[in-house]
Amino acid sequence: MAYSKTQLTALVALRMLIGWHFLYEGMLKLLTPEWTSIGYLRGAQTFKGLFGWLSSESMINIVDWLTIAVLIAVGISLLLGIFTRGGVILGLLIMALFYLAQPAWPGMEAVGQAEGNYLIVTKNLIEFGALWVVFLFPTSAFVGLDMYLTKRNTAMA
Amino acid sequence: MNDDQNNQDNGRRNALKGLLGIPFAAGAVWGAIKHTQKQQLEKKNILNVLNIDAKRPDNTANLAGDPVRIGIIGFGIRGPQLLQALGKATTSWIDNMKKNNPDRLQAFLDQEDLNVKITGVCDLFDVRADEAVESFKDDGCKRYRHHEEMLASPDIDAVIIATPDHWHAPIAIKALQAGKHVYVEKPMTHNIAETYALRDAVRNAKNLVLQVGHQHRQTQSFITAQDIIDKRILGHVSLVTTNTNRNSDNGAWQYEIHEKANPQTVDWQQFLGSAPKIPYNAEHFFRWRKWWAYGSGLSGDLMSHDFDRINCVLKMGMPKSVVASGGIYTHHDGREVPDNFQVSMEYPDFSTGSSREAGLEKGMTFVYSATLGNQFSRQTLLMGHDGTMDLGNTLSVWADPNSTRFKEQIKNGIIDPNVPMYAYNPAADELDAVTSATSKYFADKGLLWTYVNGRRVDSTNLHLKEWLNAIRNGTPVSCGIDQGFEEAMSSHMGGISWKAGRRVEWDHATESIVALPGENLDEVLLRTNVGMYDKVIG
Repeated sequence: MAYSKTQLTALVALRMLIGWHFLYEGMLKLLTPEWTSIGYLRGAQTFKGLFGWLSSESMINIVDWLTIAVLIAVGISLLLGIFTRGGVILGLLIMALFYLAQPAWPGMEAVGQAEGNYLIVTKNLIEFGALWVVFLFPTSAFVGLDMYLTKRNTAMA
Repeated sequence: MNDDQNNQDNGRRNALKGLLGIPFAAGAVWGAIKHTQKQQLEKKNILNVLNIDAKRPDNTANLAGDPVRIGIIGFGIRGPQLLQALGKATTSWIDNMKKNNPDRLQAFLDQEDLNVKITGVCDLFDVRADEAVESFKDDGCKRYRHHEEMLASPDIDAVIIATPDHWHAPIAIKALQAGKHVYVEKPMTHNIAETYALRDAVRNAKNLVLQVGHQHRQTQSFITAQDIIDKRILGHVSLVTTNTNRNSDNGAWQYEIHEKANPQTVDWQQFLGSAPKIPYNAEHFFRWRKWWAYGSGLSGDLMSHDFDRINCVLKMGMPKSVVASGGIYTHHDGREVPDNFQVSMEYPDFSTGSSREAGLEKGMTFVYSATLGNQFSRQTLLMGHDGTMDLGNTLSVWADPNSTRFKEQIKNGIIDPNVPMYAYNPAADELDAVTSATSKYFADKGLLWTYVNGRRVDSTNLHLKEWLNAIRNGTPVSCGIDQGFEEAMSSHMGGISWKAGRRVEWDHATESIVALPGENLDEVLLRTNVGMYDKVIG
């Protein structure tokens, strides 16, 4: 896919903004041993069975570690542009879960400490949309470590 | 510039593009590390100032040897709960949990084994007694028709008393006289005379252990709270507010009346005990908390909890005077005990220590406020000149903006009076002393703390463990006769004040409630109209 220089710049910037956000969140949670996702999960407004199971005593440690691992992996993937396709898919999945736990659908109470007011569209949903764009307009073959992997593959082909 | 050079430049430029993300990734990681370091430093600064030691005293116990053989007296609502905390549940409860609450069942199974056997049960309703016998048959559980038969049995080492209030002391006294250890539910007694009698019985029973069922004394937040008071972090506490807020049938003691209950399956005469002799009445049997003849109203039933919650932290003992008011405002259903109840207890000579000029601060009021018609959660607050403690399962401490002790730290921004300077999670080893909107939010919500990190432990399990350890090894109990005496007497003062409609005083020298000339205080306290229910029999 051919992008103009400005298009490429904008798309790389978008990818890296999201990457920064994921990596910083993941690192902060990693460095805060008392952090846990249990409050978020127990406050879930949809799929209460699923989120209740995730926050059960037997699951919560695994869920907390997975959350941190996914946030950091997606962050590094998007920032460095490495294994970006896989990173974006993982990012889309976790954003979907974040959104579904607190989706701000009509009739639902606004919970959590998020600032601002939302109906259906929350910041999580917007980040999900942005990731979708990053997925459909890949840039890591031009700016990012994937360019080495891609080239090697091309050369090999 | 030739083509080779061009290609080389492009190659270098492309190589740089490949690595463009690295400084940003490093930036995000560096930012996270810096932010965490700053938070930890703030936390350390506050913790250094406060120096709170939240460690629980050693509660390891040597429970080896033959199992302690326990008789349960009263197997209605609290009885089965106490046995669950001992690791003994009925078959029907286990089946129910398997279906509806596997987590709770797992927590039950994970409890520490306290090495006991349930070898006897007394319950005046056949269905309940039979269920216990059936469920604990592997322990050799036998039904005793009367507690005196159980107390005479060599197969019983200790008894747990979870009967209606009017049977607590009579059975406890007989048990001690029969050489059995006693765990008795709150309120420890139902009237004044038997409070002294039970104290005498405990003092005369040298090698026997009595524990009163105030299990919150095992809850970590209350242990931490004691340290906070000892370190004088709140300064002089002038006001303590405690509450009961309930708004349900169950909360108002409108328990279910069992369909199989009738004069053939219930030993009604034995139930009555010291109460007026009235014909069989199923409502009185199952909802006994609503009448003074068997229960103790909000004062003995629920204020006793709050009194002891504060007494274990402040050790303020008996109040100088008590005033109570209230009425039946939300449940005109034939009950005699109030459903709205407010009490003020005065401690004019009490102080938790002062950071101000000597002699300025002295005296405290303990307030208990209850309604059974609204369940808005009001906090238990200990309000001092230097800080406020919100005490529950979680514990938070705020500095007072006008604190003398924390004046410098507030000025320097180390402590922000608007957010907790200390918050403790009783279930986790972690403590979170920082002052962020998020921790405030979760602390307020109260659903976080009990689950983080470690497993959940039932406080009642620990309280019973302490009792069993004392029985086996002579270690102390945290809610013995002296604490029970204060809990019971202060509750009785509340009940008498409400019934007599006057301020009731305590004489510290004679350890007695001051009566007016010619007044029999137990008569006032126990005054009941149940005799008028003859016509309403079932």
